[in-house]
Amino acid sequence: MSTASSPVRDLFSGFAGDRIAWFALWVLAALLFAALAAPWIAPQDPYDLAQLDILDSKLAPGAASASGATYWLGTDDQGRDMLSAILYGLRISIGVGMLSTVIALALGIIIGLAAARAGGWTETLIMRIVDLQLSFPAILIALILLALSGQGIDKIIIALVVVQWAYYARTVRGTALVELRKEYVEAAVCAGYGAARILFRHVLPNVLPSLSVIATVQIAQAIALEATLSFLGLGLPITEPSLGLLIANGYVHLLSGKYWISFFPGIALLATIVAINLAGDRLRDVLNPRLR
Amino acid sequence: MNKKNFLISTLLVAVLYPLMPVAAADLRIGLSGEVTSLDPHYLAAQPNLTVGRHVFESLTDVDPQTKLIPGLAESWRAIDATTWEFKLRRGVKFHDGSNFTAEDAAFSLQRPLSIKGSPGGFASYVRAIETATVVDAHTLRIRTKYPYGALPEDINSILIVSKKHALNANPEDFDSGRALVGTGPYKFARYQRGDRLELTRNDLWWNRRPAWDRVTLRVIPSDPSRTAALLSGELDAIEHVPSADIKKLKQNNKLRVMQTTSWRTILLHLDQHRAQPPGVSSADGKPFTKNPFTDIRVRKALSMAINRDAIAQRVMEGLAVPAANIVSPGVFGHNAALKAETYDPTGARRLLAEAGYPNGFRVTLAGPNNRYINDEQVLQTVAQLLTRAGISTRVEAAPMSAYLGRVRKEETSFALLGWGSFAADLALRSLVATPTPDKGWGAWNWGRYSNPKVDALMTRALASVDRDQREVLAREANTLAMNDLAFIPLHHQVVSWAMRANLDYTPRTDEFTFAHHFSPK
Amino acid sequence: MLSYALRRLAQGVLTLGVMSLLVFAGVYAIGNPVDILINPQADQAEIAQAVAQLGLDRPLWQQYWTFLSSAFSGDFGISFVTRAPAVALILERLPATLELALMAMLIAVVLGIPLGLLAGLKPQSWAGRAIMAGSILGFSLPSFWVGLMLIMVFSIQLGWLPTTGRGATVDVFGIPVSFLTADGLRHLLLPAVNLALFKLSLLIRLTRAGTREAMLQDYVRFARAKGVPESTVVRVHVLRNILIPVVTVAGLELGSLIAFAVVTETIFAWPGMGKLLIDSINVLDRPVIVAYLLIVVFLFIVINLLVDLLYAALDPRVRLEATR
Repeated sequence: MSTASSPVRDLFSGFAGDRIAWFALWVLAALLFAALAAPWIAPQDPYDLAQLDILDSKLAPGAASASGATYWLGTDDQGRDMLSAILYGLRISIGVGMLSTVIALALGIIIGLAAARAGGWTETLIMRIVDLQLSFPAILIALILLALSGQGIDKIIIALVVVQWAYYARTVRGTALVELRKEYVEAAVCAGYGAARILFRHVLPNVLPSLSVIATVQIAQAIALEATLSFLGLGLPITEPSLGLLIANGYVHLLSGKYWISFFPGIALLATIVAINLAGDRLRDVLNPRLR
Repeated sequence: MNKKNFLISTLLVAVLYPLMPVAAADLRIGLSGEVTSLDPHYLAAQPNLTVGRHVFESLTDVDPQTKLIPGLAESWRAIDATTWEFKLRRGVKFHDGSNFTAEDAAFSLQRPLSIKGSPGGFASYVRAIETATVVDAHTLRIRTKYPYGALPEDINSILIVSKKHALNANPEDFDSGRALVGTGPYKFARYQRGDRLELTRNDLWWNRRPAWDRVTLRVIPSDPSRTAALLSGELDAIEHVPSADIKKLKQNNKLRVMQTTSWRTILLHLDQHRAQPPGVSSADGKPFTKNPFTDIRVRKALSMAINRDAIAQRVMEGLAVPAANIVSPGVFGHNAALKAETYDPTGARRLLAEAGYPNGFRVTLAGPNNRYINDEQVLQTVAQLLTRAGISTRVEAAPMSAYLGRVRKEETSFALLGWGSFAADLALRSLVATPTPDKGWGAWNWGRYSNPKVDALMTRALASVDRDQREVLAREANTLAMNDLAFIPLHHQVVSWAMRANLDYTPRTDEFTFAHHFSPK
Repeated sequence: MLSYALRRLAQGVLTLGVMSLLVFAGVYAIGNPVDILINPQADQAEIAQAVAQLGLDRPLWQQYWTFLSSAFSGDFGISFVTRAPAVALILERLPATLELALMAMLIAVVLGIPLGLLAGLKPQSWAGRAIMAGSILGFSLPSFWVGLMLIMVFSIQLGWLPTTGRGATVDVFGIPVSFLTADGLRHLLLPAVNLALFKLSLLIRLTRAGTREAMLQDYVRFARAKGVPESTVVRVHVLRNILIPVVTVAGLELGSLIAFAVVTETIFAWPGMGKLLIDSINVLDRPVIVAYLLIVVFLFIVINLLVDLLYAALDPRVRLEATR
C-alpha cells in the first residue's frame, strides 16, 4: 500500500499542471470561504426580519439604503441585500450539497461494504434495491419525496441523501469485492484481523479515490437538484433562501428588467457548480493516469 | 387516412402555415388557471366557470362591478318571504337552434345535486331551494326552504344547460363537446385538455354580437410564460398579469393594461378560541395562560403595526388596495366610511404595553405560497413589520394543499386567507359567523371568532328578500365585525389584464375574463 | 433470455406495488383534496358527502385495498378534479412528453457524438477545449434558468420562436404529433433544446472519454501504425467501441428525460404529463399522482429491459443472466 503523502502530492502536482483546474480550485476555495464566513462578512443578516425594510425593496445595484448603507448588488422584493442573501445562500446551497453528499457517502460506504462482506441473500437484496433506485432519475424520487413530506431544510437533505446513497453503495461494493479477493486481505485474515478492521483499514482506502471523484460531481449535482426543486416550489422555505430559491424568487422579475434579483444568485450558483465540476473533472484525470 | 393524402396534407400545412394570416376577428387569450372539466356543474372553480360562461349563461348575471343584472331571466321578484318568481327571456335559442324554456332552467337548478363524486360541486348554491316549478315556458317559480335573500346571487353560479343534451350526460360528454350546448355567446369547437379550448361565435345569441369569430382560450399557469406569450405576440390578451411585469407592460406602447379592484380580500385570521394557541408564546418563549388575541387591544396593535401602503406599493406593485372591509369597494354591503388602519408602530407598541405585553410576544404566521398574488412575499412583509413593532414573527408558508391540511388540523393560530364574494352578508356567513357546521356557517372562520350581535344581524340580512333592507343590515354587520377586528383585513387585490393596444376590455371586479367583453378599440 | 425477461417483469410488478403504496400513504398524509376543492359555501353535510363519495372517509388500508382490487381489473381510479379516468388523462398527455423527450434525445445524439468525437480526437486543440468547457457549462447550468434565458433571447428579444405551448398537431395512427408541422416544430425547438442540454453534455463527455480510451487500445495503435487512414480508424474502431456505452446511456437517459420534462414542461407550458403531475400534486389529485407514477415506473421497466436486450444484441460478449 502506498503512503498517504504521495497521492496527495500527486494530486496537487496534477492540479497544478492544469491552469483551468487550478483556477477552479481557487474559485471554489473562495466560495467556500465566503459561505463559511457569511455571518461575519455579510453586511446584513437576511434572516433577521427586523433588519429588513420593505421600503428598500427592489433597489438596483449600487443604490443606497434608507439608513445610508450601499446595496452593491441591489435588493430583492423583501428589501434583502442581495450580496448578503447570496453569501447566506451559498452557505445553504453548499451546506445542503455537502452535508447530503457526506451522509449519503457514509451510508453508501457502510451499506456497500456490508453487502460485499455479507454476501448471499443480504447482498442480493441490497443490490436489487440499489439497481432499482438507480434506474429512476433522481429528480423524480426527490420530487415525490418532497411533495409528500413538505418543505424544510431537513427534508431536502433527506431527499438528496435518498437519491445519492445508491451510487456509492454500488461503487463501494464493486471495488470491495475485487479487493476482498486480493492477497493482502487474505494475509490480513491470516494475521487474525477482524472483518470490520479489514474492510475499513484495507479495503476502504482503495475505494476512496473513485468515490472522491463521484462525490465531487455529486455535490454539484446535489446543489443543482436542490436549486431545481426549490424553483418548483418543493425545496426550501422562502425564509431561508438557498441560491436556487433566490433565482426562483427573482425569476418573476426578469421580464421587468430587475435582472439582479435572479442574475447574481444565478452567477454564484453557476460559479459554484462549474468550479466543482472542473475540479472533479481534473480529479478524475489525475486519479486515472491511463488518460494522461 | 391513406399515406399519400397524409403526406400531402402535412406538406401543405408545413408550407402554408406561416403564410396564413391570422384573421382580424380572432382572439387568443391566456388564462392563468387550469381548466379541469367542461361540465359546468362538476367543480366550482374559477377557471371552469370562466370557460363555462362563454358557452352557457345563468338566470341572473353580474356586471363588471358585481351588481346583479338580468341574464337569462329578464326580471325576478320575491312574491313572499320564501317564493321567488323569475321571468325568463323570450326568443333565446340554444346552439342547436332549440328554444330555451323554463324546463331547461328548472333542470339546470336541480342537476348539481345529481352530480356524484365531485370534491367541490355546486350543490351549495342550490341548497336553499325547496322546489323549482315551471309555471309556463317563460316563468319559473322557486320556493326556498327558509327566507333567503341571497338566492339571486347564489343561482348566478348555476349555468343553464340544455335539458335535451345534458339529461343523461356525464362529464366526458361535456369534455368531448357533445353535451356542451348552451345559450352563450360562443360555441364549442375544439378542446385539448390542459392546453386550449377553441370556440366559434354563436350567431344566434340574443345579446350584443361579440366582435370575434373565433376565440382560443389558452391555459398558461406559469406567470412569466403567460407574459412572454403576450410580448411575443402569440396571444392578444392575458389575465392576471404578474405584479412584477405590470410596470414594464404599461410602458410598452404596443400593449395596454386594464385593472380594477378585485372582490378578493386578503385577511389574517387570529385564533380567538383556544387558551393556548399553537405557535404563540411570550417574548421569552414561554406559553401563555391566556390567549393574547382575545384582547381587542392586541388585535388592534397587530393591525396598526402593518404598513398596508408599503405592502400595496412595494410588495404588490400597486396590485392592492389597503382594506378595512370584508368586501371590496362597490360590493354589496361595503362600508365606505371604514378607513384602513393607519401605520403606527409606536402606537402599536403602546397598545401592546397597555394590554400587558410590553415586550411583545412571539407568533407564527402561516399562509399559502401558491394561491394569492405574491402571497409568500406578503407573509414575509407582515412578519417583518410585526417584528419591528415588537411581535417577533416567524413565517410558515406552504403550498395551498399542505397549508389547508394544517389549518383543518387546527395547527395554525395566525393564518392568511383570501376571500372573494359579491355580498358582505355572504362573506360574513363564511368568515365571521360563529362556526355552526350543520348550517355551513363559519366554515372558514379559522379563528373561531364569535359575536352574537354580528350573527344576529347577518342572519336577518340573509333572510331579507327586500334588497335595500338587506344591504343596510349586511353593512351594519360588516361594520360591527370590522370594528371588533374579527380578523385583520390586509388588502383587496387588484386584478389586471394586459392586451394589445388596439383592444379594449372592461375590467371585472369578479376577475372573470370573457372574450365577448373584449372589443377592438 | 425469456426467463430473464420474465424475472425482470416480476421485479417490476413488485416495484409498482411498493411505489403505489408509498405514494398512496404519502398523499393521504398531506391532506384531503376536498379541503382545497370544496365549494367555499359548502356546509358540513356537503363536505361530508363529498368526502364520502370519494371514499376518503374510509381507513387508508381500505382505500388502498379498493384501489388494488380495481387496479387488477385495469381501473386505476378516477381523477378527483376532472372525473376522467386517471390513466386516460395521462395517456392523453403521453405523446406530448414522449415527443419532447425523443426530440431532446435526438438533438443530444446528433450534436453530442460528433462533438465528443472531435474533443476526444483532438483534446489539446482549442476546439476540443472549447467543447469540453461548453459541456461543463451545459452540465452546470440549472435547466430552469436556461429555459427562461432561451425564452428571453429567442422569443422576446429576437422574436424568432414562440414562447410556450405546443404547436399544431396532426394525427399519426390516431396519435397527435406536432413535429410534422412547421408550427409544431417551431414550438418544439426551444423546450427540446432546453431539455437536451444536459444530455448533450453527458454524451459529449461520454463520447470523448470513450474515444480517448479507444485511441489508446492496441488495435487502434496498430491500425494507425499500419497506415490505415485516420477516418477509417475512427469509423471502424473508435465509433464501434463507443457505440455500446452511448446506446446504453442514451436509452437509460430517455427515462430521465421523461422525468426531467417536469421542469421544462412547467416553464414552457408544454401540455405533457410532467405538468399534469405538478398540477395534480397541487390539488392532491391522488388517483392521477399514483397513476402517473405507475405509468412512469412501467415505462422505465420497459426502457431498461429494451436497453439490456439491445446491449446484448450489440455486444455478443454480454450474456443476459438472471443475477448480475
